[in-house]
Amino acid sequence: MLEARKVTCVKGQRLLFDQIDLSVRPGEIWQIAGSNGAGKTSLLRILCGLSRPEEGEIFWDGAPVASTLTTFRASLAFLGHAPGVKLDLSARENLEFSNALGMNAPPCSIDEALNEVGLVKSADLLCRYLSEGQRRRVAIARLYLSAARLWILDEPLAAIDHSGIERFSDRLEIHLSEGGLVVLTSHQPLALRHHTAKTLALGQAR
Amino acid sequence: MSGLASIFSAVIKRDLRLVARRMSEMAHPVLFFIIVVSLFPFGVGSDPLQLAKIGSGIIWVGALLATLLALEGLFRSDYDDGSLEQIILSGQPLTVLVLAKVFVHWCATGLPLIVVTPLLGVFLDLDGQVLIALLASLALGTPTLSLIGAVGIALTVSIKRSGLLLTLLVLPLYIPVLIFGAGVAVAAQAGLPTAGHFYLLGAMSVLSLVLAPIAAAAALRISVS
Repeated sequence: MLEARKVTCVKGQRLLFDQIDLSVRPGEIWQIAGSNGAGKTSLLRILCGLSRPEEGEIFWDGAPVASTLTTFRASLAFLGHAPGVKLDLSARENLEFSNALGMNAPPCSIDEALNEVGLVKSADLLCRYLSEGQRRRVAIARLYLSAARLWILDEPLAAIDHSGIERFSDRLEIHLSEGGLVVLTSHQPLALRHHTAKTLALGQAR
Repeated sequence: MSGLASIFSAVIKRDLRLVARRMSEMAHPVLFFIIVVSLFPFGVGSDPLQLAKIGSGIIWVGALLATLLALEGLFRSDYDDGSLEQIILSGQPLTVLVLAKVFVHWCATGLPLIVVTPLLGVFLDLDGQVLIALLASLALGTPTLSLIGAVGIALTVSIKRSGLLLTLLVLPLYIPVLIFGAGVAVAAQAGLPTAGHFYLLGAMSVLSLVLAPIAAAAALRISVS
């Protein structure tokens, strides 16, 4: 279970959000909503431990994240604003490297992950020659290879086409029904059939 | 331990691939080095005695500036495309990853400087003994420069156009390396023993090998947050 207790974030002189509580249980999907600049990305970066909150703390399975950093990072997959895809490597090489970085054995092969995101034909092209949406798909394939329970996703569907969104939503549901946890921001509606996303709205408190 | 070794080699494999695919970019520092050094005879006159006297200093300053120029490439692209976030969040020891990245970076930008130095030594009329001492001092000194520079670039990678700030941060730490590095060749030229200089250079390189990856890793965490 991922918990944020009384988390406050200040950027520069501006209070982005104040005393936010969030608890994500296994099998739950939370969507962080809010207008541009409301602090969605900042909240996600705090949740995954990239930045520190001004006040408050994040807990993973009841213990503060700072004290269980290794376990927490091994159960976390983060898809950031920048996809983390190297343009001078092919999709396959990118995934090989993230496999090498990963703490867990990948649950499927690279070919299966590439097939899942529909990139089999362009697997050996340099990502430089792929479209924005295809690069995003490489990042999504990394999620499928990670074996992490907690997915924190910042705009995972940006530049992804309609069929891609449907396939991704199916994968989300599989992940949730296996007891996974998902926190995401998205401007595109998700096509979830069996789960409903809970919503945390930012930017109204002020 | 095998885990650490496999991570280390995975980073090396990836970064070498990236270097191979950006060859032209990687050639900038060494070209800059050749240009700077070969301009000196035009500027100070082509008197062989004078050139031989200042030659080793010119090569050391050139190598230092070329290293400084190359630093920007160390973490910039990983920072910009989000790879650095993935690396930090992977939970693998960041110091090991940093060390592997610095190693590849030195192979791509520091090693070529040493390789072209004999040629430049001939340009500047350095004699064999001095050239050998100079090469040895560069072999010990340029990794130190790369390691120290890694801390500087890790601190400034989140700032756009951080060139001047990076220089201000790193240069004071570069000067001792320069003094003892160039000192080796000066001592060799005068027929004095060079061991003392080498010990100090060696001490600086060991110190930076141990401390710089830790400092750079901490700085990267700050830069990314």
